[in-house]
Amino acid sequence: MLQAADLATIRAIITRAKRWDMLFALLGILSLMVGVLTFTVLFVDMAIQGVPRLDYNFFTSFPSRKAANAGILSAWVGTILVMLLTALAAVPLGVAAGVYLEEYAPKNWITDIIEINISNLAGIPSIVYGLLALGLFVYYFGFGQSILSAGLTLALLILPVIIVATREAIRAIPQSIHEGSYACGATTWQTVSDHILPYSSAGILTGVIIGMARAIGETAPIITIGALTFIAFLPPAPFAGDPPAGLFEWIFAPFTVMPIQMFNWTSRPEAAFTINAAAAGFVLVFMTLAMNGLAIYVRYRLRKNIKW
Amino acid sequence: MSANASAPSGSLPIGKGVSDRLSKKASRHVKERIIEFLLFCAAAFSVFVTVAIVWVLVKESWVFFEHVPLSDFLFDTQWTPLFDDAHYGIMVLLSGTITSSGVALLVAIPLGTIIALYLSEFAGFKVREIAKPFLELLGGVPTIVYGYFALTFLTPILQSIYPDLPGFNLLSAGLVMGIMIIPYVASLSEDAMRAVPMALREGSYAMGATRLQTALWVVTPAATSGIASAYILGISRAVGETMILAVAAGMQPNLTFNPTEPGATITSYIVQVALGDLPHGSIGYQTIFAAGLTLLLMTLAFNLLGYWLRKRFREVY
Repeated sequence: MLQAADLATIRAIITRAKRWDMLFALLGILSLMVGVLTFTVLFVDMAIQGVPRLDYNFFTSFPSRKAANAGILSAWVGTILVMLLTALAAVPLGVAAGVYLEEYAPKNWITDIIEINISNLAGIPSIVYGLLALGLFVYYFGFGQSILSAGLTLALLILPVIIVATREAIRAIPQSIHEGSYACGATTWQTVSDHILPYSSAGILTGVIIGMARAIGETAPIITIGALTFIAFLPPAPFAGDPPAGLFEWIFAPFTVMPIQMFNWTSRPEAAFTINAAAAGFVLVFMTLAMNGLAIYVRYRLRKNIKW
Repeated sequence: MSANASAPSGSLPIGKGVSDRLSKKASRHVKERIIEFLLFCAAAFSVFVTVAIVWVLVKESWVFFEHVPLSDFLFDTQWTPLFDDAHYGIMVLLSGTITSSGVALLVAIPLGTIIALYLSEFAGFKVREIAKPFLELLGGVPTIVYGYFALTFLTPILQSIYPDLPGFNLLSAGLVMGIMIIPYVASLSEDAMRAVPMALREGSYAMGATRLQTALWVVTPAATSGIASAYILGISRAVGETMILAVAAGMQPNLTFNPTEPGATITSYIVQVALGDLPHGSIGYQTIFAAGLTLLLMTLAFNLLGYWLRKRFREVY
């Protein structure tokens, strides 16, 4: 029989246990807040320092020895061109590899090696990719310290991200879609190109955007291939100038990108350059946030719209 | 069959129709094979990348190790490759890497684990839907921006608490690095915890356990392998992180395990040399490949450890 005293003890135990529950939930919220707070402080601090510096001239001027005249023209143009090459190289390769592994790959040791290898590649530090590019693209292939070298380096870096995203997007498609297509006599490629790729495109797009957002902020591998920090000219536009530049001459041009410009300004002791660094950092964070936000939105829409 | 049945009774048209279809089918087969081969090449390309990384690092380090014996590289206590009296003791750079990673992990592992437990076991659907993308954003901030933050914001604050702190130090860089790593640890651990079957939780609740008791004594043990690989990923990130250290920790090689001192890490040393004007082929230049090889071997070791842990502690339901 339960005595009144036992009941009181049990109630006390329950209250104590509930208190611990509360405390832990509080601890969880506090830990989350550390992240939220850091991010807010970082963003606001940079905005306060940098936003007054953001005017038309900042975007249309080359870097300069005078902090007040310096701008990010060569940096943002460089970033866009490098990203273009990165996307052109990484997206077809990554999607093709993902499709192969999900739709074609037989279960054998070659497939196992490829899979283990991809997860390994994702864990290799970005600076090691920089060393690879330095040895391979810059010196062995002789591309030099060009937009091409940088674009290919970043493409290798985000390849695992795109492969994994493609595979996940494909895996989310129900097996019955495959079976329906095969039952109508379609070949594997017809199934892939008419059904699998269109249905997984939103998922793949999310992965591509996240990969590109990562590439846009990568500094270490680009420094390692020896990108210059002081570039006061733009890559040659096709058919412009005298003698006219070739269609693809710009891919061999020296360049700088946003994170390198920011690193350069951060590492200078003068306070005026620190403000420039804050402004460049603000633009950079804004770009990555916009891309990540877009990816989150695409995923959200996808989850909402598709009901298999 | 149906095509045959509906075809005119003359023998020629039937035969022709069939062979047409057959030949079309054959060409279709060839096309399929070609496409499959191309896709296979794309997948195999990733293996080529790994081979290329190993090949470049070993080939370029070879030049270095022809001049510097391995014992000097491993046991010398000075790292002065750019001086006349050159010493190549990787230990010096390793100490910086270990110290900064240690500080970062002291921040990231407890906070990341608590956040994961909270999101997976305590938080409601709404909180999780907002917090997860936010953590992703936190992980997406470029590391150079974190470096700027450590140098211009956190270091002055730390200096007002501890006035002897130098302007460049491993502590501030490590702390910010820890915050950068939280999303990786939290997100992967949470995935592992959420993969634990609901029945285990229900059993625990049915026995009268509270949420915290269930989280700590049922969910965590069941998710050990996933949590361990989250930690391993965190360690790899910390060891390979470059820009935060290059900006905020100074780049002076310093054999110390004291986080309040400036120091160089393997990664920040590579940046330092790449920014300088050493000619390709000189011993000073080749050091970065030897340093990179060390880094690659370290991350490979962690990857293997993670793989082993996953196999060893995996709970199959």
